[in-house]
Amino acid sequence: MLRWIVWRDLTLAWRRRADILSTVFFFIIVVSLFPLGIGPETELLRSIAPGVIWVAALLASMLSLNRLFANDHQDGTLEQLLLTPQPVFMVVLGKVLAHWIVSEIPLVLIAPLVGLQFDIPNDTLWILVLSLLIGTPVLSLIGSVGAALTLGLRGGGVLISILVLPLYIPALIFGAGAVEASIMGTTPAPHLYLLGASAIVSLIFSPWATAAALRISVE
Amino acid sequence: MRGDRRLFSGLDLSLAAGTYLQVTGPNGSGKTSLLRILCGLLAPAEGEIKWQGESIRSLAEDFFTSVTYLGHRHGVKDELSAIENLRISNALNGIVVTKDRAREVLARMGLAGRESLPARLLSEGQRRRVALGRLLTCNTKLWLLDEVLTSLDKSAVDLIRSLIEEHLASGGIAIVATHQDLAIAAGSSQRLELAT
Repeated sequence: MLRWIVWRDLTLAWRRRADILSTVFFFIIVVSLFPLGIGPETELLRSIAPGVIWVAALLASMLSLNRLFANDHQDGTLEQLLLTPQPVFMVVLGKVLAHWIVSEIPLVLIAPLVGLQFDIPNDTLWILVLSLLIGTPVLSLIGSVGAALTLGLRGGGVLISILVLPLYIPALIFGAGAVEASIMGTTPAPHLYLLGASAIVSLIFSPWATAAALRISVE
Repeated sequence: MRGDRRLFSGLDLSLAAGTYLQVTGPNGSGKTSLLRILCGLLAPAEGEIKWQGESIRSLAEDFFTSVTYLGHRHGVKDELSAIENLRISNALNGIVVTKDRAREVLARMGLAGRESLPARLLSEGQRRRVALGRLLTCNTKLWLLDEVLTSLDKSAVDLIRSLIEEHLASGGIAIVATHQDLAIAAGSSQRLELAT
C-alpha cells in the first residue's frame, strides 16, 4: 500500500518535472549568491559555508511544501486517500517519503558541487552530504505537519514558513554544526548523532500530527 | 452542523441490503454533509452511524473496505491517464486491477480509445466517467454517490442506472444525492427529502 502511494506521487512528480527543477535551481542560486556577494575571501567563505548551505536547503524545501497536499486537496483525491482501508499515517508516510525523494534528494546530491564554491575541503564535503542526508527527512516530516495545517488557506505559503521554520532550528544547528566541526578539524559525530535523534523523533511524532491535521482539513 | 447552522436533526434511518436511497433537497440543505457523515469524513455533531451493528468510529479503517464514496470533486488526477487513474485508485484500496481489466472497465464506461490520454485532455464528463469506473471494480457493499450525474450525458446516466441496479440486485446498498430522478427499478427504493 505504502509502495503504491510512493509510486503514485513519484509518477505525478515526474509528470511535473518543472516543479522539481525549480526547487533545485533555487537552492543552487541562493547558495551561489553568497560567494559572489562576498568576494574571494576564502577564510570567511569557509566559515559561513555550513550555515549558508543549510539555510538554503531549509528555504528550498519550504518551496516544495505547498504542493505536498494542496493538489490532492483540490481535485478531491485527498478525500479518497483518507477513505482507503489503511491508517492515515501510512498515507502520510508514503507521501512524505515521496516528497523526500523528489525534493530533498536532489539537494543532497547537488550540495557537494555548490559547496566547492566555498573552498570546503574534500573530507568535509562528505560530511556535508551525510548531514543533509540525515537532516532532510526531518525537513520533510516536520514540513508535512505545516503543509497539512495550512491546507485550503489563502496565503498558506507564508503561513507554512512561519509555522515550520522555527521547528527546523534544531536540524539547522546540528546539521550546520557537523559541517563546521569538520572544517575546524574536530569530530562531527556528536552533531550527526543528535541530528539522527531529531530525525527519529520527528518520524515518530509528525505523521500522527499530520494525519490529524488532514482529517480536520477535509471536514 | 455546519458552522452554527443545524442542517438536519432527528434523522433515524436504517437500510437493508438491496436498498436504494435517493437523497434530495434544495441547495444547501445538507445532502453532501449527510453523505460525508455517512462515509466517516465528517463527524456528526450528535448521534452515530452504525454499519452492520457496529459504530463506524470503532470500525475505523475496516469500514472503508465496505464503502465507496464518490464526491462531486471526482478525484481524478489530471497528470495521469485514465487507465493509471483507475489502477492506482484501486490499488490504494487494496484491489489489483490488471491493465486488461482496466481497459475493459473503461470500454464499458464509454472511454475506449482514450485510455492512455492524460486526464487533463478529457472533458469534464469523461473525467467523471473515469471516476465512476471505480464502481465496476470496487466490490464494496455501500455506495455513496454525491451529485455524480453532473455533466454526464444521457447514455452515461443510463449506464449509471444499470450499474446501480446490478449493485442492488447483488445485495448492495446505494445512497445517491441528486436532483435528477434516476428511476431505479429496485425491490426497495426510498427517498429522503431534506428541507432547508
